[in-house]
Amino acid sequence: MEAARKSREAASRSTGALSAELSDAKLVAACRGGDEGAWGTLVERFSRYVYAIAIQGFRLQEHDAEDVFQEVFARVFERLDTLREDEAVRPWIAQLTRRLCIDRLRAGSREVTADTEALPDAPDEDVLARIEEAFDVHDAMAGLPEHCRDILDRFFARDESYRAIGEALELPAGTIASRISRCLARLREEMTPEPRPESR
Amino acid sequence: MSAYDIERLSRLIGMLPPAPAAWVRAARELPRARRELDSIVVRAQADAEYRRALVADLESALRAEGVEPTSVLLDELRRRVS
Repeated sequence: MEAARKSREAASRSTGALSAELSDAKLVAACRGGDEGAWGTLVERFSRYVYAIAIQGFRLQEHDAEDVFQEVFARVFERLDTLREDEAVRPWIAQLTRRLCIDRLRAGSREVTADTEALPDAPDEDVLARIEEAFDVHDAMAGLPEHCRDILDRFFARDESYRAIGEALELPAGTIASRISRCLARLREEMTPEPRPESR
Repeated sequence: MSAYDIERLSRLIGMLPPAPAAWVRAARELPRARRELDSIVVRAQADAEYRRALVADLESALRAEGVEPTSVLLDELRRRVS
């Protein structure tokens, strides 16, 4: 992971799961300075995260998830100045998303039921924990060569077929499985902690 | 960090599919959308006829400025011109 973090600063990413040219802290600082390109990168970096929390963690309907998604980024845009530690942007966005999802579920349940049923506001905590892990994995993908990021993202996250990937990347379909396998092995190396130096 | 096997990594990559492109585009365009919103509000304050048309159809006003009328922007515009 440390290797991946270091490479984030240098990696140039035109495709892939999460754009990661800058650290979170630097990205937030650039956004605060009015850099609209940085804002676009911040949206790209966290868009999947917010979407996954709303859809998978809280099981919102698509139209509710869209409103939450837009509200989250509107509030982030308005309140970035209030963030005390720039590197804490991810937990801040997660907290904001969770709160807005709960508000949305409560508002929906008030409209539907007037009795004393339990509010359907309990998120699936296991799923939310796995979303955090998934974010770390996507983060680590920044340390991979672009062709690896692209093919892993297409196959696993975008659910594209071998045929679609082959056409998009101009690869023979027969080579795609082995390429995915090699890229997964590289990703596993990225995710493996470096051994600590032995103490004397 | 615990060890990751290939199958687990595959599942975790798949847990973060892209958000719909239109949602991401609208969020990316927030800085410009805010500027357009400000300009619409200024115009509405100066032009009563425009304000009446605006209040009657907020969505069209935003679209005319090339802004996706998300619920967040519509709510804000409604609040600022009401």
